[in-house]
Amino acid sequence: MTEKNQTPKIHILSLTVSNRPGVLARVAGLFSSRGYNIDSLAVGETENPELSRMTIAVHGDESILEQIRKQLAKLIDVIKIQDFSGRDFLQRDLMLIKVSASPAKRGEIFQLTRVFEAKTVDISPKHVTVEIAGPETKIDAFIELVRPYGIRELVRTGRIAMLRGMMEQTRQTTRRV
Amino acid sequence: MKKSGAQILIEELKHLGVEVMFGIPGGSVIPLFDVLYDSGMRFILTRHEQGAAHMADGYARATGKVGVCIATSGPGATNLVTGIATANFDSVPVVAITGQVKTRLIGNDAFQEADITGITRPISKHNYLVRDVRDLARTVQEAFYIASTGRPGPVVVDLPVDVTTAECEYDGPGKAQMQLPGYRPSVKGNVRQIRLAAEAINAAEKPVIYAGGGVIISGASDLIAKLAHVAEIPVTTTLLGLGCFPETDPLALKMLGMHGTAYANHAIQNSDLIIAVGARFDDRVTGRLDSFAPHAKFIHIDVDPASISKSIEVDIPVVGDARHILEELLKSVKPAKHPAWIEQIDEWKKKHPLVYDRTCTDGVMPQFVVEQIDEATGGKAIITTEVGQNQMWAAQWFRHSHPRHFISSGGLGTMGYGLPAAIGAQVGRPDDVVFDIAGDGSIQMNIQELATASYNQVPVKVAILNNGYLGMVRQWQQLFYKKRYSATRLSGNPDFVKVAEAYGILGLRVEKPEEVRPAIDKALLHKGPVVLDFLVCPEENVFPMVPVGEAIDRMIGGMA
Repeated sequence: MTEKNQTPKIHILSLTVSNRPGVLARVAGLFSSRGYNIDSLAVGETENPELSRMTIAVHGDESILEQIRKQLAKLIDVIKIQDFSGRDFLQRDLMLIKVSASPAKRGEIFQLTRVFEAKTVDISPKHVTVEIAGPETKIDAFIELVRPYGIRELVRTGRIAMLRGMMEQTRQTTRRV
Repeated sequence: MKKSGAQILIEELKHLGVEVMFGIPGGSVIPLFDVLYDSGMRFILTRHEQGAAHMADGYARATGKVGVCIATSGPGATNLVTGIATANFDSVPVVAITGQVKTRLIGNDAFQEADITGITRPISKHNYLVRDVRDLARTVQEAFYIASTGRPGPVVVDLPVDVTTAECEYDGPGKAQMQLPGYRPSVKGNVRQIRLAAEAINAAEKPVIYAGGGVIISGASDLIAKLAHVAEIPVTTTLLGLGCFPETDPLALKMLGMHGTAYANHAIQNSDLIIAVGARFDDRVTGRLDSFAPHAKFIHIDVDPASISKSIEVDIPVVGDARHILEELLKSVKPAKHPAWIEQIDEWKKKHPLVYDRTCTDGVMPQFVVEQIDEATGGKAIITTEVGQNQMWAAQWFRHSHPRHFISSGGLGTMGYGLPAAIGAQVGRPDDVVFDIAGDGSIQMNIQELATASYNQVPVKVAILNNGYLGMVRQWQQLFYKKRYSATRLSGNPDFVKVAEAYGILGLRVEKPEEVRPAIDKALLHKGPVVLDFLVCPEENVFPMVPVGEAIDRMIGGMA
């Protein structure tokens, strides 16, 4: 049945698609026309220039996800769909964040940057801009820690993800970072 | 040898077996029409592009082949949109070829430019904008392959005018390699799932087959009959499934759902096993979802994995082509009898037959008109419909017995579909009798195609059930909105007999019940197209009816 009392869970879908004009619009259009909301979407070329990889984070209960996967599979330009939920995968998000920092406060920001293994990429008299990559939780934590200083601007790429290991099929355990 | 894009297109179309195309020329497709001029291919000039799309659709549904329509860029292409969406909803293989402005002008707001691939993305199975003449041959082959395989559907091929005039080396038709790594329609069903389905059928005591349009598309009608007879299973069909199982058969339950028969709906609600084949549990079929077939297990055979468990969670899904799966399934289904179940169903049939008031004196009864068309044609006519009351009466009162004989816009519910679809069907099957059962509202949405029927002498018979209303909406207003007939009275209707005559078509008006049959017989004897204007009882309703949101056995009206 349609109604289910499950808490919506985040799913990471990894799509291999033809690298052709209109494919992104087709995938995005499918989500909007069926009322599904995309949490984040990252797209880029793969090692094969004829193919692109889309990493889509989406939430919803299992029956909605099942529909999304099936509808995506129907698109002629979608060659492969992987749902990473329940599997061992790496995910990264990249952020540039510009924080208000007078010369007196800069040291504190630098310290946070070091602890998070982030990088200071620009400094002006009133601001520090930091580049940080990592899983979403790490980035969210960094945002919360610098929020008191004043966030002037931030931009994130959205998640990209990849299964661990050499072979996608083998569920070998690798070191978690 | 070097060939132009237009030449390549026509050669590929011929090679793919296209015999006829429907459409209207315009600025961006003149080079294409220039090649068409002496190509020997039949072209039917319509009066509106929507008509062309529906004709291609009607042709495809009647013949099982791919229907092709052509329009120019901009408004020509956007006029196809309703027709493309109609074909998409009902899984009809149509290829729509649209002109486009020159490639260097795309996105430049050029004269008669429209982003038709953008517009049709959510309403087509796939679409293409061809930017290079060297891709054209491959694209045409892919378009036909995609349109006609798996769950069929419309494919749009947008052709900039400079691509049709550009030349390239061409080896001849059918030589290009398709590149469709992401398209693998499933055909064969999973063996284990088929075995589970057979076990469930063998164990069932109150089984019902619920057959949809997919049965007709896959050419599996004979196998549905075989399954029904081997295991004594009654069959109900969806609107688009009408004709896949003969309604003259004692096991036939006719249509189910909102305007289905009471006995079909009761059978579903009391069944212990629903065998859904090529159907998609549409809301007009299921009514209130949580009380649909509450005691039943579900087997769902469908070629489209996305149709499985979309609205109803099914127990045994089998993805693949219905014909393939039924062939396999029949090997494991044991002959059976269900005397108590059949007796119960026969009792419902006796108690709740379809009925209408045969004593009405305020005009002709629309149901009677449909019955008479059925009788006069021996149930062999191809019936197309418009949408609304006319459609439901055509579904209920004709004894549908042959696949590809009932052609109607089911999913999208497109008024104005019936006349052009009838023309397309008649072009594809010139030896059959084709009746468009129309309403006075719907017929006016594409009435200009009478010119197409007249000029090409396509002998369709148009039966207008003329009640002076947008009848189905009026019915809802009567039943659920205290008879507040807001904007449903069709004042200012033309004299349809005179309209027909103005187009050079025989027009006949029928005002009394005793005139019905002679008029139909006269229309059947007439060689050309005919318009029959039946003045029907204005406030007659379609019954039985399941109000929206109710369980399907909570029907109102029309119960004896």
